Amino acid sequence: MRLSGRGLKCVRGGREVFAGLSFEAAAGGVLAVTGANGSGKTSLLRLIAGLLIPAEGEVALEGGEAELTLAEQAHYLGHRDALKPALSVMENLSFWQDFLGGEAFDAGDSLEAVGLDHAAQLPAAYLSAGQRRRLSLARLLTVRRPIWLLDEPTAALDAAGQALFASLMRGHLARGGLIVAATHGPLGIEARELKMGGMS
Amino acid sequence: MTALGALIQRDIRIALRVGGGALIGVLFFLSVVALMPFAVGPDLKLLARLGPAILWLGALLASLLTLDRLFMADHEDGSLDLIVMSRNSLELACGAKALAHWIAAGLPLIVATPVLGLLLNLDTPSTAAVALTLLAGTPALTFTGMIGAALAVTLHRGGLLLAVLVLPLSIPVLIFGVAASKAAITGPQTFGAPFAILCALSLFSFVVGPFAAAASLRQGLD
Repeated sequence: MRLSGRGLKCVRGGREVFAGLSFEAAAGGVLAVTGANGSGKTSLLRLIAGLLIPAEGEVALEGGEAELTLAEQAHYLGHRDALKPALSVMENLSFWQDFLGGEAFDAGDSLEAVGLDHAAQLPAAYLSAGQRRRLSLARLLTVRRPIWLLDEPTAALDAAGQALFASLMRGHLARGGLIVAATHGPLGIEARELKMGGMS
Repeated sequence: MTALGALIQRDIRIALRVGGGALIGVLFFLSVVALMPFAVGPDLKLLARLGPAILWLGALLASLLTLDRLFMADHEDGSLDLIVMSRNSLELACGAKALAHWIAAGLPLIVATPVLGLLLNLDTPSTAAVALTLLAGTPALTFTGMIGAALAVTLHRGGLLLAVLVLPLSIPVLIFGVAASKAAITGPQTFGAPFAILCALSLFSFVVGPFAAAASLRQGLD
């Protein structure tokens, strides 16, 4: 499986964010997207996820499931956690399990893996920023998707959380997964770097 | 559980919990209709004649009240991104969300109608007729209102814009809803014709609403 972008140009609000951007990522590898604030890291991830339309160029996936689009084979972990404060931790997770579908794993096991099993019945409104992030990571584990698009995945995670996250990523890569992560800090895992903002 | 069933269940749960909007609509409906006899005065005949129109206006405004949150809440917390990316068709997901909104916010209005019929001096058959027209007509309000709710997300404007966009679309529903209720109560027209048109408006909105809302959401991806 190979994910590639060629000659990508992104325009938002009439302003060109980046142009002529090309990248490549293969199964079992991590592409770390780095760069200053506003250099277009989030825009690139949303472009890959199909949540933004490129002004020029295209994103292609080779070797995925032919009947599914790129977005349907990808997890997108954005700044916003997609959690409902009125629902409990378990209800939030099992909703995404039922709604996203595909190959799924036990939600309880995923909560245990991210260290939230003690809070399963707690409304998500009472979670801290780090716990919310952990719950989002549990979504990546519960629903199987080969491509992970992660935007600042380690933000708000404590040291133990970052180590846990690195081991989750290693497990995903070992299963033949592919990761594109926008980040400022170290991911705790070997990655190829794509530097944004240096092209013009 | 199927994906759409899960979406409907989640939205109903959120609406019924603390901070959800389900009860706000009914309370608004109750207060508007309960105030009307005080404003109109103690003329029982006049009240009975105005009754269906008041109930329909109350239901229309009450169903608009919480509609702007239909997609906005999901947009703000990022859920909408995942819904767009999922393997389910966006049209069906929009339909499921509208259905959940109607069950949580529209159905209670119909349940409250018999109580309010008493305040407006409507007899039992008349109240039943109004409740029946509301049952047939309020889905059309929700499903056409959904188009406005989707546009509000696309244009990054909520609240008043929705009312301005949606109210003109709901005028036919109001006309035929009140016409059917009046026909049942005072005659001389038949109940069947306006009621059939009301049902047709609902069926029409089931088809057009989800497609228009999904197209608007796709257009507004950002």
